Amino acid sequence: MTDNRTIALVAGVLTLLTAATAVGQFLRRHPDRGLDLAAIRTFNSRLRGWWILCTVLAAAFWLGTTATVVLFGLVSFWALREFITLTPTRKGDHRALFWVFIAFTPAHYVLVGLNRYDIFSVFLPVYATLFVLARVAFAGDYKRFLERTAKIQAGLVVCVYCVSFAPALLQLKLPGAEGPGSNFRLLFFLILLVQFADCMQYVWSRMLGHRLVAPTVSSNRTWEGLLGSCTSTALLAAALWWAAPPFQLWQATLAGFVVAAMGFAGGMTMSAIKRDRGVKDYGTLVVGHGGVLDRIDSMCFAAPVFYHITLLVTGIKP
Amino acid sequence: MTRATIRMLSPADIRDPTPDPRPTLRPRSPFCQAVGLGLAALARVLAGASVRWIASQPDTCQRVYFANHTSHLDALVIWASLPRAIRDVTRPVAAKDYWSRGVVRRWLAQEVFDAILIDRTDIKVHQSPVDIMLREAGTACSLIVFPEGSRSVTGEVGEFKSGLYYLAKKRPEIELVPVHIDNLNRVLPRGEFLPVPLLSCISFGPPLWLERGEAKLDFLARARRAVLALKE
Repeated sequence: MTDNRTIALVAGVLTLLTAATAVGQFLRRHPDRGLDLAAIRTFNSRLRGWWILCTVLAAAFWLGTTATVVLFGLVSFWALREFITLTPTRKGDHRALFWVFIAFTPAHYVLVGLNRYDIFSVFLPVYATLFVLARVAFAGDYKRFLERTAKIQAGLVVCVYCVSFAPALLQLKLPGAEGPGSNFRLLFFLILLVQFADCMQYVWSRMLGHRLVAPTVSSNRTWEGLLGSCTSTALLAAALWWAAPPFQLWQATLAGFVVAAMGFAGGMTMSAIKRDRGVKDYGTLVVGHGGVLDRIDSMCFAAPVFYHITLLVTGIKP
Repeated sequence: MTRATIRMLSPADIRDPTPDPRPTLRPRSPFCQAVGLGLAALARVLAGASVRWIASQPDTCQRVYFANHTSHLDALVIWASLPRAIRDVTRPVAAKDYWSRGVVRRWLAQEVFDAILIDRTDIKVHQSPVDIMLREAGTACSLIVFPEGSRSVTGEVGEFKSGLYYLAKKRPEIELVPVHIDNLNRVLPRGEFLPVPLLSCISFGPPLWLERGEAKLDFLARARRAVLALKE
Protein backbone atom coordinates (compact mmCIF):
# COMPACT_ATOMS: atom_id res chain seq x y z
CA MET A 1 0.00 0.00 0.00
CA THR A 2 3.00 2.28 0.05
CA ASP A 3 3.08 3.15 -3.63
CA ASN A 4 3.42 6.73 -4.76
CA ARG A 5 -0.16 7.21 -5.96
CA THR A 6 -1.61 6.10 -2.61
CA ILE A 7 0.72 8.46 -0.77
CA ALA A 8 -0.28 11.28 -3.12
CA LEU A 9 -3.97 10.56 -2.59
CA VAL A 10 -3.68 10.36 1.20
CA ALA A 11 -1.58 13.52 1.33
CA GLY A 12 -4.05 15.35 -0.93
CA VAL A 13 -7.04 14.36 1.19
CA LEU A 14 -5.27 15.29 4.42
CA THR A 15 -4.28 18.68 3.02
CA LEU A 16 -7.82 19.39 1.82
CA LEU A 17 -9.40 18.35 5.12
CA THR A 18 -6.90 20.35 7.16
CA ALA A 19 -7.42 23.43 5.00
CA ALA A 20 -11.21 23.08 5.16
CA THR A 21 -11.07 22.62 8.95
CA ALA A 22 -8.92 25.73 9.29
CA VAL A 23 -11.39 27.74 7.20
CA GLY A 24 -14.35 26.32 9.17
CA GLN A 25 -12.78 27.19 12.52
CA PHE A 26 -11.83 30.67 11.27
CA LEU A 27 -15.42 31.33 10.17
CA ARG A 28 -16.73 30.04 13.50
CA ARG A 29 -14.47 32.38 15.48
CA HIS A 30 -15.33 35.40 13.30
CA PRO A 31 -19.11 35.33 13.02
CA ASP A 32 -19.27 38.94 11.79
CA ARG A 33 -18.53 38.19 8.14
CA GLY A 34 -22.14 38.26 7.06
CA LEU A 35 -22.22 34.54 6.38
CA ASP A 36 -25.07 32.25 7.27
CA LEU A 37 -24.28 30.89 10.76
CA ALA A 38 -26.38 27.76 10.29
CA ALA A 39 -24.49 26.98 7.07
CA ILE A 40 -21.16 27.34 8.89
CA ARG A 41 -22.36 25.02 11.63
CA THR A 42 -23.51 22.46 9.04
CA PHE A 43 -20.17 22.77 7.26
CA ASN A 44 -18.21 22.20 10.47
CA SER A 45 -20.29 19.20 11.55
CA ARG A 46 -19.94 17.72 8.07
CA LEU A 47 -16.18 18.17 8.31
CA ARG A 48 -16.13 16.42 11.66
CA GLY A 49 -18.04 13.57 10.02
CA TRP A 50 -15.42 13.37 7.26
CA TRP A 51 -12.55 13.26 9.72
CA ILE A 52 -14.24 10.36 11.50
CA LEU A 53 -15.02 8.66 8.19
CA CYS A 54 -11.44 9.02 6.94
CA THR A 55 -9.97 7.79 10.23
CA VAL A 56 -12.21 4.72 10.33
CA LEU A 57 -11.54 3.97 6.65
CA ALA A 58 -7.79 4.41 7.08
CA ALA A 59 -7.83 2.01 10.03
CA ALA A 60 -9.88 -0.56 8.09
CA PHE A 61 -7.68 -0.24 4.98
CA TRP A 62 -4.58 -0.62 7.10
CA LEU A 63 -5.98 -3.79 8.70
CA GLY A 64 -6.72 -5.25 5.27
CA THR A 65 -9.50 -6.53 3.04
CA THR A 66 -11.24 -8.69 5.64
CA ALA A 67 -11.43 -5.85 8.17
CA THR A 68 -12.90 -3.57 5.52
CA VAL A 69 -15.54 -6.14 4.54
CA VAL A 70 -16.43 -6.56 8.22
CA LEU A 71 -16.66 -2.79 8.65
CA PHE A 72 -19.07 -2.48 5.71
CA GLY A 73 -20.99 -5.48 7.06
CA LEU A 74 -21.50 -3.68 10.38
CA VAL A 75 -22.60 -0.53 8.58
CA SER A 76 -25.12 -2.56 6.56
CA PHE A 77 -26.40 -4.29 9.67
CA TRP A 78 -26.95 -0.98 11.43
CA ALA A 79 -28.59 0.60 8.38
CA LEU A 80 -30.96 -2.36 8.10
CA ARG A 81 -31.87 -1.97 11.78
CA GLU A 82 -32.77 1.65 11.16
CA PHE A 83 -34.69 0.76 8.01
CA ILE A 84 -36.80 -1.98 9.61
CA THR A 85 -37.27 0.01 12.82
CA LEU A 86 -38.94 2.78 10.85
CA THR A 87 -40.96 0.39 8.71
CA PRO A 88 -44.07 -0.96 10.36
CA THR A 89 -43.98 -4.76 10.45
CA ARG A 90 -46.43 -7.20 11.99
CA LYS A 91 -45.88 -9.97 14.44
CA GLY A 92 -46.09 -12.48 11.61
CA ASP A 93 -42.85 -11.05 10.19
CA HIS A 94 -40.86 -11.66 13.36
CA ARG A 95 -39.31 -15.02 12.50
CA ALA A 96 -38.52 -13.96 8.93
CA LEU A 97 -36.83 -10.81 10.25
CA PHE A 98 -34.86 -12.82 12.77
CA TRP A 99 -33.28 -14.93 10.01
CA VAL A 100 -32.77 -11.90 7.79
CA PHE A 101 -30.71 -10.22 10.52
CA ILE A 102 -28.96 -13.21 12.01
CA ALA A 103 -28.34 -15.39 8.97
CA PHE A 104 -28.80 -13.71 5.60
CA THR A 105 -26.98 -10.44 6.25
CA PRO A 106 -23.84 -12.01 7.79
CA ALA A 107 -23.85 -14.85 5.23
CA HIS A 108 -23.94 -12.35 2.38
CA TYR A 109 -20.90 -10.54 3.72
CA VAL A 110 -19.09 -13.83 4.23
CA LEU A 111 -19.68 -14.56 0.53
CA VAL A 112 -18.41 -11.09 -0.36
CA GLY A 113 -15.33 -11.73 1.77
CA LEU A 114 -14.77 -15.05 0.02
CA ASN A 115 -15.10 -13.30 -3.35
CA ARG A 116 -17.92 -15.59 -4.50
CA TYR A 117 -19.50 -13.16 -6.96
CA ASP A 118 -21.35 -16.06 -8.62
CA ILE A 119 -23.29 -16.69 -5.38
CA PHE A 120 -23.45 -13.32 -3.65
CA SER A 121 -24.87 -11.60 -6.73
CA VAL A 122 -28.03 -13.73 -6.45
CA PHE A 123 -28.04 -14.70 -2.77
CA LEU A 124 -30.11 -11.81 -1.42
CA PRO A 125 -32.17 -10.84 -4.49
CA VAL A 126 -33.28 -14.42 -5.15
CA TYR A 127 -32.81 -16.72 -2.19
CA ALA A 128 -33.51 -14.25 0.60
CA THR A 129 -36.61 -13.07 -1.26
CA LEU A 130 -37.92 -16.61 -1.63
CA PHE A 131 -37.19 -17.30 2.02
CA VAL A 132 -38.93 -14.15 3.26
CA LEU A 133 -42.02 -14.81 1.13
CA ALA A 134 -42.30 -18.39 2.31
CA ARG A 135 -41.51 -17.70 5.98
CA VAL A 136 -44.11 -14.96 6.24
CA ALA A 137 -46.65 -17.24 4.55
CA PHE A 138 -45.81 -20.06 6.97
CA ALA A 139 -46.37 -17.65 9.88
CA GLY A 140 -50.00 -17.55 8.80
CA ASP A 141 -50.65 -13.81 8.68
CA TYR A 142 -51.81 -12.91 5.16
CA LYS A 143 -52.83 -9.32 5.84
CA ARG A 144 -51.09 -6.93 3.37
CA PHE A 145 -48.77 -9.82 2.53
CA LEU A 146 -47.06 -8.36 -0.54
CA GLU A 147 -46.60 -4.97 1.08
CA ARG A 148 -44.91 -6.48 4.14
CA THR A 149 -42.59 -8.80 2.26
CA ALA A 150 -41.70 -6.01 -0.17
CA LYS A 151 -40.61 -3.82 2.74
CA ILE A 152 -38.23 -6.45 4.08
CA GLN A 153 -36.96 -7.10 0.57
CA ALA A 154 -36.37 -3.41 -0.13
CA GLY A 155 -34.48 -3.06 3.15
CA LEU A 156 -32.24 -6.00 2.34
CA VAL A 157 -31.45 -4.84 -1.18
CA VAL A 158 -30.80 -1.20 -0.31
CA CYS A 159 -29.01 -1.57 3.02
CA VAL A 160 -27.14 -4.83 2.54
CA TYR A 161 -26.92 -5.93 -1.08
CA CYS A 162 -26.11 -2.58 -2.66
CA VAL A 163 -23.70 -1.42 0.04
CA SER A 164 -21.73 -4.66 -0.21
CA PHE A 165 -20.59 -3.79 -3.73
CA ALA A 166 -18.30 -1.17 -2.22
CA PRO A 167 -16.07 -3.66 -0.31
CA ALA A 168 -16.47 -6.09 -3.23
CA LEU A 169 -14.30 -3.64 -5.22
CA LEU A 170 -11.39 -4.82 -3.09
CA GLN A 171 -11.67 -8.31 -4.58
CA LEU A 172 -11.38 -7.29 -8.24
CA LYS A 173 -8.24 -8.35 -10.08
CA LEU A 174 -7.32 -5.03 -11.62
CA PRO A 175 -5.17 -5.07 -14.76
CA GLY A 176 -1.73 -3.58 -14.21
CA ALA A 177 -2.30 -3.25 -10.49
CA GLU A 178 0.66 -2.07 -8.44
CA GLY A 179 0.04 -4.14 -5.33
CA PRO A 180 -3.03 -4.24 -3.09
CA GLY A 181 -3.07 -0.46 -2.77
CA SER A 182 -4.81 -0.15 -6.14
CA ASN A 183 -8.06 -1.72 -4.93
CA PHE A 184 -8.16 0.40 -1.81
CA ARG A 185 -7.60 3.48 -3.96
CA LEU A 186 -10.51 2.43 -6.19
CA LEU A 187 -12.80 2.07 -3.16
CA PHE A 188 -11.62 5.37 -1.74
CA PHE A 189 -12.19 6.98 -5.15
CA LEU A 190 -15.84 5.83 -5.00
CA ILE A 191 -16.35 7.06 -1.42
CA LEU A 192 -14.73 10.40 -2.25
CA LEU A 193 -16.93 10.88 -5.33
CA VAL A 194 -20.09 10.00 -3.42
CA GLN A 195 -19.30 12.40 -0.58
CA PHE A 196 -18.27 15.13 -2.97
CA ALA A 197 -21.42 14.68 -5.05
CA ASP A 198 -23.57 14.99 -1.91
CA CYS A 199 -21.80 18.16 -0.98
CA MET A 200 -21.98 19.67 -4.48
CA GLN A 201 -25.67 18.85 -4.73
CA TYR A 202 -26.22 20.90 -1.57
CA VAL A 203 -24.01 23.76 -2.73
CA TRP A 204 -25.49 24.03 -6.24
CA SER A 205 -29.05 23.72 -4.94
CA ARG A 206 -28.39 26.52 -2.44
CA MET A 207 -26.68 28.77 -5.00
CA LEU A 208 -28.70 28.33 -8.17
CA GLY A 209 -31.57 26.03 -7.27
CA HIS A 210 -34.99 27.04 -8.60
CA ARG A 211 -36.75 24.00 -9.98
CA LEU A 212 -37.44 21.40 -7.31
CA VAL A 213 -37.39 17.84 -8.62
CA ALA A 214 -40.26 16.72 -6.41
CA PRO A 215 -41.35 19.29 -3.83
CA THR A 216 -43.49 16.75 -2.00
CA VAL A 217 -40.51 14.49 -1.41
CA SER A 218 -37.59 16.83 -0.82
CA SER A 219 -37.66 20.58 -0.35
CA ASN A 220 -34.00 21.16 -1.20
CA ARG A 221 -33.14 18.84 -4.09
CA THR A 222 -33.31 20.73 -7.38
CA TRP A 223 -32.59 19.95 -11.03
CA GLU A 224 -29.83 22.56 -10.91
CA GLY A 225 -28.33 20.73 -7.93
CA LEU A 226 -28.44 17.44 -9.81
CA LEU A 227 -26.83 18.85 -12.95
CA GLY A 228 -24.24 20.85 -11.00
CA SER A 229 -23.39 17.89 -8.82
CA CYS A 230 -22.99 15.56 -11.85
CA THR A 231 -20.76 18.07 -13.65
CA SER A 232 -18.56 18.95 -10.68
CA THR A 233 -18.19 15.32 -9.65
CA ALA A 234 -17.25 14.36 -13.20
CA LEU A 235 -14.61 17.14 -13.14
CA LEU A 236 -13.23 15.94 -9.81
CA ALA A 237 -13.13 12.38 -11.11
CA ALA A 238 -11.26 13.59 -14.18
CA ALA A 239 -8.79 15.48 -12.00
CA LEU A 240 -8.22 12.38 -9.87
CA TRP A 241 -8.30 9.78 -12.63
CA TRP A 242 -4.66 8.86 -11.93
CA ALA A 243 -5.68 7.63 -8.49
CA ALA A 244 -8.27 5.12 -9.78
CA PRO A 245 -6.20 2.31 -11.28
CA PRO A 246 -8.26 0.68 -14.04
CA PHE A 247 -9.71 3.85 -15.54
CA GLN A 248 -8.67 5.99 -18.44
CA LEU A 249 -9.50 9.68 -18.27
CA TRP A 250 -12.90 9.43 -20.02
CA GLN A 251 -13.87 6.36 -18.03
CA ALA A 252 -13.14 8.07 -14.71
CA THR A 253 -15.14 11.10 -15.85
CA LEU A 254 -18.09 8.93 -16.82
CA ALA A 255 -17.90 7.10 -13.48
CA GLY A 256 -17.95 10.43 -11.64
CA PHE A 257 -21.01 11.61 -13.58
CA VAL A 258 -22.95 8.40 -13.00
CA VAL A 259 -21.98 8.14 -9.31
CA ALA A 260 -23.30 11.67 -8.71
CA ALA A 261 -26.58 10.91 -10.53
CA MET A 262 -27.06 7.64 -8.61
CA GLY A 263 -26.21 9.30 -5.30
CA PHE A 264 -28.86 11.92 -5.99
CA ALA A 265 -31.38 9.17 -6.79
CA GLY A 266 -30.50 7.42 -3.51
CA GLY A 267 -31.05 10.59 -1.52
CA MET A 268 -34.42 11.15 -3.21
CA THR A 269 -35.50 7.57 -2.48
CA MET A 270 -34.62 7.75 1.20
CA SER A 271 -36.36 11.13 1.49
CA ALA A 272 -39.50 9.57 0.02
CA ILE A 273 -39.41 6.76 2.59
CA LYS A 274 -38.73 9.21 5.42
CA ARG A 275 -41.54 11.52 4.29
CA ASP A 276 -43.93 8.58 4.22
CA ARG A 277 -42.95 7.65 7.77
CA GLY A 278 -43.02 11.29 8.91
CA VAL A 279 -39.47 11.47 10.23
CA LYS A 280 -36.51 13.65 9.40
CA ASP A 281 -33.60 11.36 10.22
CA TYR A 282 -33.21 7.62 10.51
CA GLY A 283 -31.42 7.16 13.79
CA THR A 284 -29.87 8.61 16.87
CA LEU A 285 -26.42 7.05 16.82
CA VAL A 286 -24.80 10.45 17.31
CA VAL A 287 -27.22 13.11 18.51
CA GLY A 288 -27.87 15.69 15.81
CA HIS A 289 -26.12 13.71 13.09
CA GLY A 290 -28.98 11.70 11.69
CA GLY A 291 -28.58 7.99 11.34
CA VAL A 292 -26.27 5.65 9.48
CA LEU A 293 -28.81 5.33 6.69
CA ASP A 294 -28.88 9.11 6.22
CA ARG A 295 -25.13 8.97 5.72
CA ILE A 296 -25.02 6.08 3.28
CA ASP A 297 -28.15 6.64 1.19
CA SER A 298 -26.12 7.91 -1.77
CA MET A 299 -23.58 5.11 -1.36
CA CYS A 300 -26.35 2.49 -1.47
CA PHE A 301 -27.31 3.53 -4.97
CA ALA A 302 -23.89 4.45 -6.31
CA ALA A 303 -21.88 1.39 -5.21
CA PRO A 304 -23.40 -1.34 -7.43
CA VAL A 305 -23.41 0.91 -10.50
CA PHE A 306 -19.80 1.94 -9.93
CA TYR A 307 -18.85 -1.73 -9.50
CA HIS A 308 -20.46 -2.73 -12.77
CA ILE A 309 -19.06 0.27 -14.64
CA THR A 310 -15.62 -0.87 -13.49
CA LEU A 311 -16.32 -4.37 -14.80
CA LEU A 312 -17.71 -3.08 -18.10
CA VAL A 313 -15.13 -0.50 -19.09
CA THR A 314 -12.12 -2.56 -18.04
CA GLY A 315 -13.41 -5.94 -19.15
CA ILE A 316 -12.36 -7.63 -15.88
CA LYS A 317 -14.14 -10.80 -14.87
CA PRO A 318 -15.32 -10.73 -11.23
CA MET B 1 3.34 7.90 68.71
CA THR B 2 0.69 7.54 66.04
CA ARG B 3 0.03 4.01 67.17
CA ALA B 4 -0.80 5.17 70.65
CA THR B 5 -3.20 7.72 69.24
CA ILE B 6 -5.05 5.13 67.26
CA ARG B 7 -5.33 2.80 70.23
CA MET B 8 -6.94 5.51 72.23
CA LEU B 9 -9.78 5.87 69.70
CA SER B 10 -12.70 3.54 70.11
CA PRO B 11 -14.16 1.86 66.99
CA ALA B 12 -17.23 4.06 67.23
CA ASP B 13 -15.06 7.13 66.74
CA ILE B 14 -13.43 5.80 63.61
CA ARG B 15 -16.55 4.52 61.89
CA ASP B 16 -18.76 6.92 60.01
CA PRO B 17 -21.70 7.61 62.34
CA THR B 18 -24.25 7.71 59.48
CA PRO B 19 -25.94 4.35 58.81
CA ASP B 20 -25.04 2.29 55.79
CA PRO B 21 -26.97 3.90 52.93
CA ARG B 22 -27.62 0.52 51.27
CA PRO B 23 -28.78 -1.71 54.11
CA THR B 24 -31.03 -3.96 52.06
CA LEU B 25 -28.63 -4.67 49.22
CA ARG B 26 -26.92 -8.00 49.41
CA PRO B 27 -23.30 -7.92 48.28
CA ARG B 28 -23.04 -9.65 44.92
CA SER B 29 -20.16 -11.90 44.04
CA PRO B 30 -17.69 -10.59 41.44
CA PHE B 31 -18.93 -13.26 39.02
CA CYS B 32 -22.54 -12.11 39.33
CA GLN B 33 -21.43 -8.50 38.91
CA ALA B 34 -19.56 -9.43 35.75
CA VAL B 35 -22.58 -11.31 34.40
CA GLY B 36 -24.70 -8.27 35.22
CA LEU B 37 -22.36 -5.92 33.38
CA GLY B 38 -22.20 -8.29 30.39
CA LEU B 39 -25.97 -8.67 30.23
CA ALA B 40 -26.50 -4.93 30.52
CA ALA B 41 -24.10 -4.34 27.63
CA LEU B 42 -25.68 -7.14 25.58
CA ALA B 43 -29.19 -5.81 26.20
CA ARG B 44 -28.20 -2.30 25.16
CA VAL B 45 -26.52 -3.54 21.97
CA LEU B 46 -29.23 -6.05 21.07
CA ALA B 47 -32.14 -3.72 21.71
CA GLY B 48 -30.23 -0.77 20.18
CA ALA B 49 -31.56 1.27 23.06
CA SER B 50 -31.12 5.00 22.91
CA VAL B 51 -31.72 6.53 26.32
CA ARG B 52 -33.28 9.96 26.82
CA TRP B 53 -33.74 11.84 30.07
CA ILE B 54 -36.49 14.37 29.39
CA ALA B 55 -36.66 17.16 32.02
CA SER B 56 -35.13 14.63 34.38
CA GLN B 57 -31.71 13.60 35.66
CA PRO B 58 -30.25 10.27 36.69
CA ASP B 59 -29.92 10.18 40.48
CA THR B 60 -29.20 7.58 43.16
CA CYS B 61 -31.98 8.87 45.44
CA GLN B 62 -34.79 6.44 46.16
CA ARG B 63 -37.15 6.24 43.20
CA VAL B 64 -39.81 4.08 41.65
CA TYR B 65 -39.41 3.81 37.88
CA PHE B 66 -42.78 2.90 36.39
CA ALA B 67 -43.04 1.95 32.74
CA ASN B 68 -45.34 0.57 30.09
CA HIS B 69 -44.91 -3.18 29.71
CA THR B 70 -44.38 -4.53 26.20
CA SER B 71 -41.82 -7.32 26.31
CA HIS B 72 -39.90 -9.68 28.57
CA LEU B 73 -36.87 -7.53 27.87
CA ASP B 74 -38.42 -4.41 29.45
CA ALA B 75 -37.01 -4.72 32.97
CA LEU B 76 -33.59 -5.77 31.71
CA VAL B 77 -33.33 -2.90 29.23
CA ILE B 78 -34.51 -0.24 31.70
CA TRP B 79 -32.05 -1.62 34.25
CA ALA B 80 -29.29 -1.58 31.62
CA SER B 81 -30.17 1.98 30.57
CA LEU B 82 -29.46 3.34 34.04
CA PRO B 83 -25.92 4.50 34.85
CA ARG B 84 -24.02 1.83 36.75
CA ALA B 85 -24.07 3.54 40.14
CA ILE B 86 -27.86 3.79 39.95
CA ARG B 87 -28.23 0.27 38.56
CA ASP B 88 -26.50 -1.04 41.69
CA VAL B 89 -29.25 0.36 43.92
CA THR B 90 -32.16 -0.45 41.60
CA ARG B 91 -34.18 -3.65 41.86
CA PRO B 92 -36.68 -4.74 39.23
CA VAL B 93 -40.03 -6.01 40.45
CA ALA B 94 -40.89 -9.11 38.43
CA ALA B 95 -43.48 -11.84 38.21
CA LYS B 96 -42.60 -14.89 40.29
CA ASP B 97 -44.42 -17.30 37.96
CA TYR B 98 -42.08 -16.35 35.09
CA TRP B 99 -38.79 -15.61 36.83
CA SER B 100 -38.63 -18.55 39.23
CA ARG B 101 -39.17 -21.13 36.49
CA GLY B 102 -35.95 -22.91 35.58
CA VAL B 103 -32.54 -22.75 37.22
CA VAL B 104 -31.03 -20.07 34.96
CA ARG B 105 -33.92 -17.64 35.22
CA ARG B 106 -34.12 -18.03 38.99
CA TRP B 107 -30.39 -17.50 39.34
CA LEU B 108 -30.49 -14.43 37.09
CA ALA B 109 -33.43 -12.94 38.98
CA GLN B 110 -32.02 -13.60 42.44
CA GLU B 111 -28.28 -13.23 42.08
CA VAL B 112 -27.70 -10.94 39.11
CA PHE B 113 -30.63 -8.53 39.00
CA ASP B 114 -31.51 -8.91 42.68
CA ALA B 115 -35.14 -8.79 41.57
CA ILE B 116 -38.11 -8.65 43.91
CA LEU B 117 -40.36 -11.49 42.82
CA ILE B 118 -44.09 -11.02 43.24
CA ASP B 119 -46.54 -13.89 43.21
CA ARG B 120 -49.29 -12.80 40.83
CA THR B 121 -51.43 -15.87 41.37
CA ASP B 122 -51.56 -16.01 45.15
CA ILE B 123 -51.99 -12.54 46.63
CA LYS B 124 -52.47 -12.56 50.39
CA VAL B 125 -54.19 -9.81 52.31
CA HIS B 126 -51.60 -9.48 55.04
CA GLN B 127 -48.71 -9.82 52.58
CA SER B 128 -49.72 -7.55 49.71
CA PRO B 129 -47.28 -7.03 46.81
CA VAL B 130 -46.89 -3.37 47.77
CA ASP B 131 -45.84 -4.34 51.31
CA ILE B 132 -43.31 -6.81 49.96
CA MET B 133 -41.89 -4.22 47.55
CA LEU B 134 -41.55 -1.57 50.25
CA ARG B 135 -40.04 -3.98 52.73
CA GLU B 136 -37.50 -5.18 50.18
CA ALA B 137 -36.73 -1.67 48.97
CA GLY B 138 -35.97 -0.41 52.48
CA THR B 139 -34.95 3.22 52.57
CA ALA B 140 -32.36 3.18 49.81
CA CYS B 141 -33.34 0.91 46.92
CA SER B 142 -35.08 2.13 43.82
CA LEU B 143 -37.64 -0.09 42.10
CA ILE B 144 -38.65 -0.79 38.52
CA VAL B 145 -42.36 -1.57 38.27
CA PHE B 146 -44.85 -2.14 35.47
CA PRO B 147 -48.21 -0.86 36.71
CA GLU B 148 -50.14 -2.47 33.86
CA GLY B 149 -49.44 -5.79 35.56
CA SER B 150 -48.78 -7.77 32.40
CA ARG B 151 -47.48 -7.20 28.90
CA SER B 152 -49.77 -5.34 26.55
CA VAL B 153 -51.09 -7.41 23.67
CA THR B 154 -51.85 -4.62 21.23
CA GLY B 155 -48.89 -2.37 21.96
CA GLU B 156 -51.21 0.25 23.51
CA VAL B 157 -50.58 1.29 27.10
CA GLY B 158 -53.30 -0.30 29.23
CA GLU B 159 -54.95 0.98 32.41
CA PHE B 160 -52.69 1.08 35.47
CA LYS B 161 -53.39 -1.19 38.41
CA SER B 162 -53.67 0.38 41.83
CA GLY B 163 -50.30 -0.82 43.23
CA LEU B 164 -48.53 2.36 42.19
CA TYR B 165 -51.09 4.42 44.11
CA TYR B 166 -50.60 2.44 47.31
CA LEU B 167 -46.83 2.64 46.92
CA ALA B 168 -47.09 6.41 46.65
CA LYS B 169 -49.52 6.60 49.54
CA LYS B 170 -47.38 4.57 51.93
CA ARG B 171 -44.12 6.27 50.97
CA PRO B 172 -45.13 9.72 49.68
CA GLU B 173 -41.54 11.01 49.65
CA ILE B 174 -40.27 8.54 47.02
CA GLU B 175 -39.86 10.03 43.53
CA LEU B 176 -42.05 8.32 40.95
CA VAL B 177 -40.28 8.48 37.59
CA PRO B 178 -42.31 7.70 34.45
CA VAL B 179 -40.50 5.65 31.80
CA HIS B 180 -41.67 5.07 28.26
CA ILE B 181 -40.42 2.06 26.33
CA ASP B 182 -40.69 2.31 22.57
CA ASN B 183 -40.31 -0.50 20.03
CA LEU B 184 -39.14 -3.24 22.44
CA ASN B 185 -42.31 -5.18 21.68
CA ARG B 186 -40.98 -5.57 18.14
CA VAL B 187 -37.56 -6.67 19.38
CA LEU B 188 -39.11 -9.49 21.40
CA PRO B 189 -42.91 -9.74 21.02
CA ARG B 190 -45.17 -11.77 23.28
CA GLY B 191 -44.81 -15.45 22.57
CA GLU B 192 -41.43 -15.24 20.79
CA PHE B 193 -38.12 -16.26 22.27
CA LEU B 194 -35.63 -15.07 19.63
CA PRO B 195 -35.06 -11.30 19.52
CA VAL B 196 -34.76 -9.25 16.33
CA PRO B 197 -32.08 -6.57 16.84
CA LEU B 198 -34.11 -3.47 15.99
CA LEU B 199 -33.62 -0.07 17.62
CA SER B 200 -35.60 0.94 20.69
CA CYS B 201 -35.92 4.07 22.76
CA ILE B 202 -36.14 4.40 26.55
CA SER B 203 -37.36 7.78 27.80
CA PHE B 204 -37.20 8.85 31.43
CA GLY B 205 -39.52 11.69 32.40
CA PRO B 206 -39.71 14.18 35.28
CA PRO B 207 -40.63 12.66 38.68
CA LEU B 208 -44.11 13.00 40.08
CA TRP B 209 -45.64 12.54 43.53
CA LEU B 210 -49.06 11.77 44.93
CA GLU B 211 -50.81 15.07 45.60
CA ARG B 212 -52.45 15.54 48.97
CA GLY B 213 -56.00 14.20 48.79
CA GLU B 214 -55.66 13.06 45.20
CA ALA B 215 -58.14 10.31 44.38
CA LYS B 216 -56.83 6.91 43.35
CA LEU B 217 -58.23 6.91 39.82
CA ASP B 218 -57.12 10.49 39.18
CA PHE B 219 -53.60 9.68 40.28
CA LEU B 220 -53.40 6.50 38.20
CA ALA B 221 -54.71 8.34 35.12
CA ARG B 222 -52.17 11.12 35.68
CA ALA B 223 -49.33 8.60 36.02
CA ARG B 224 -50.43 6.85 32.83
CA ARG B 225 -50.57 10.17 30.98
CA ALA B 226 -47.04 10.95 32.21
CA VAL B 227 -45.80 7.74 30.55
CA LEU B 228 -47.73 8.43 27.35
CA ALA B 229 -46.44 12.01 27.23
CA LEU B 230 -42.89 10.67 26.80
CA LYS B 231 -43.92 9.04 23.54
CA GLU B 232 -43.88 12.57 22.01
